[in-house]
Parts: sequence; structure tokens; C-alpha cells
Amino acid sequence: MLTFLALTSVALLGIVPEQSQAIAIYTGWERHALVGSDIRLSCSFFSWRWTSEDVTFSWTYRPDGSRDSISIFHYTGGAAYVDNKGPFRDRLEFVGNPGRRDGSILLKNLELNDNGTFTCDAKNPPDIVGRPSSVRLLVFEKVPIQAGVITGAIIGVVLGLLVLIVVIYYLMRFLVARRVFSLSVSKHGKKKKEGSQQRQGPVPPADPSKIKV
Amino acid sequence: MLLLLLGIIFLHLAALVLLFVSTIVSVWTTGESTTSDLWINCTTSGCSPASTGEWIQSVQAVMILSIIFSCLSLFLFFCQLFTLQKGGRFFLTGTFQILASLFVMSGAIIYTVMSPEWVPEGNSFGYSYILAWVAFPLALISGLIYVILRKRE
Repeated sequence: MLTFLALTSVALLGIVPEQSQAIAIYTGWERHALVGSDIRLSCSFFSWRWTSEDVTFSWTYRPDGSRDSISIFHYTGGAAYVDNKGPFRDRLEFVGNPGRRDGSILLKNLELNDNGTFTCDAKNPPDIVGRPSSVRLLVFEKVPIQAGVITGAIIGVVLGLLVLIVVIYYLMRFLVARRVFSLSVSKHGKKKKEGSQQRQGPVPPADPSKIKV
Repeated sequence: MLLLLLGIIFLHLAALVLLFVSTIVSVWTTGESTTSDLWINCTTSGCSPASTGEWIQSVQAVMILSIIFSCLSLFLFFCQLFTLQKGGRFFLTGTFQILASLFVMSGAIIYTVMSPEWVPEGNSFGYSYILAWVAFPLALISGLIYVILRKRE
């Protein structure tokens, strides 16, 4: 049964028409980083074909606000060619593994001018029809506070104080009530004992003259 | 007696509604083509979320807290109406309502002081801002009435 299924799936893969075999490229959507740090831009692809030896990766960079993009990285024929003239010279490193369909690059020592869109294009001959994928890089000077953190903190603190005050109030009332109760019980007990002793004292002894025979 | 009760509840609800409108609708400043608000900045081309500065977040928090406290005081008023002994005062209700009015006041003050920082010149204050300032004395008066009021019958 299993072999039958395997054979049919292999046959179907072979019969699948060429047009639907497009290469699908995956990068992130947006990346945030601090000035001076390093960041790894990942790029991988999915293809119905086996990874060929002529697989190529290329990265292009378009700065924010500009309409031109320049090529900063190319991998072909088993060799990686990094940018040696453009804005990323000496700051770019290839950390991918083409055999595992990974074409990631490492950007070192980021600057504020590195804000922009990085596009990865991968080709796996004969599977070359595909849409390049882009990742947007945002470089910050310091980590921005996320929206709503301070709001939530203030609300939480005030409500927490309110709950604390209510709890302490009821605790004090409970303790005071218990103390008053125990005090009144001991007082009441003492009074009861004294009262019963007093009552036994003044009981008059029976008057023998009054007893009728 | 019933008239007095209805009047007080109406005042409280009016302050509460003003607080809700002022916080949610959030047209705190308006210009020719922009509105710059507590939660969102809108221009004719599109809307973007408000800046994530510390002060505007504190204004948001304080307005929300004032709504919460005013709702709590309304709830406490109804509780105390049925459980208070004759001649007692609605202290708790009044305290919460006064606290709510103080929160609105501090929120409006913070916004007024900080607005040159995040609002461009030439924009005037919008109606939500005015509603916040109106809600503050209403809530204060309502709270004071609660503190002075004595329960009869």
C-alpha cells in the first residue's frame, strides 16, 4: 500500500506541468536592529526540483527614499561574491548554505543610513520562474518603547494599589473585630464567674423555725 | 426626594458619558487637514498610530483610569443606596468620583503642557479636549454632592 502511494506521488510529480513549478522565496517581512549591531538577513527557497549545482542567490539593496537598487551580493558556480565597492564593503558576509537552500547574509556594524529594502532572488536551474522576496530593515538609535507599555503599567499600578487598600482595610476590620470579640468574651467570662459566686453567697440558710411539721 | 435622586444620577451619568466620548473619539487637536489625537493621527492621506512617547501614553492611562473610577463610583452608589444606614453619608462613592475628576484634570493638564512637543503649530484644540475639561468640574461637583448627601428613609 505504501509503495503504491509512493509510486503514484512520484508519477504525479513527474506529470505536473512546467508552469506550476515556480520557485518560492522566503525572507522575513521586517527586521529591527540597533546602530552598531549585526543582523542576519535570511533567505531560503522552496523548489520542486532537487538543488542543482548551478543554484544562484543574489541580494539587492534599495535605500529608503531612493528608487534605484544596487546589487550587493551574488552567489553562483559555488562561489560567493560580496560587495566590495558599494555601501556595504567590508561589512557583508555570506553565512548561508546553498546546499540546504539557505542564502542568508550577515550585515555587520549597522549604520543609520542602512535603512532600506533588501531583496533576495534565488534561482534553481531549471526552476527559474519565481518572484523575489523583500525584507525591510529598520535601524534605531535606541530601543523604542512599545505603544501601550507605559499605559498598561500606570493603569495596573493604580488598580493594584486600590485592591491593596481594600484588602488591607478589610484585614484591619477583621483583626480589630476578632480582638474586640476575644476581649469581650474574656470579660464576659470573668463577669459570669463573679456573678455566679456572688449569687451563691447571699443565699440564706433554711430557717428551722419556719419549717412546719 | 425621588427628583433629587434622579438629578444626582443624571449628573453622574452625564460626566461619565463625557468622559467616554472624550477618551474614545479622541479629536484632541484639529488642523486644516490633520487631526492629532490620543490614539491615532489622521491626515487626508491616511491614518497612523499615535507616537509612542511616554507622555501621551500617560495621558491615555489617566483617561482610562478616570473612566474606570467613575464607573466604580456609580456601581458603589447603587450598592450604598441599599445598604447604608439612615443618616449615613456616601463617602466611598464621593471619594471615587472625586478621584476620577482629579485623573481627568491631570490628563488634560499633561496634554496641554506637552502638546507643543507633538502637535505642529497652527492646530487648534478639538472638541474632545474641551469635553475633557468640561467633564472635570462636572465630576468634581458630583463627587462633592455625594460626600455632602445624607441618606434618608
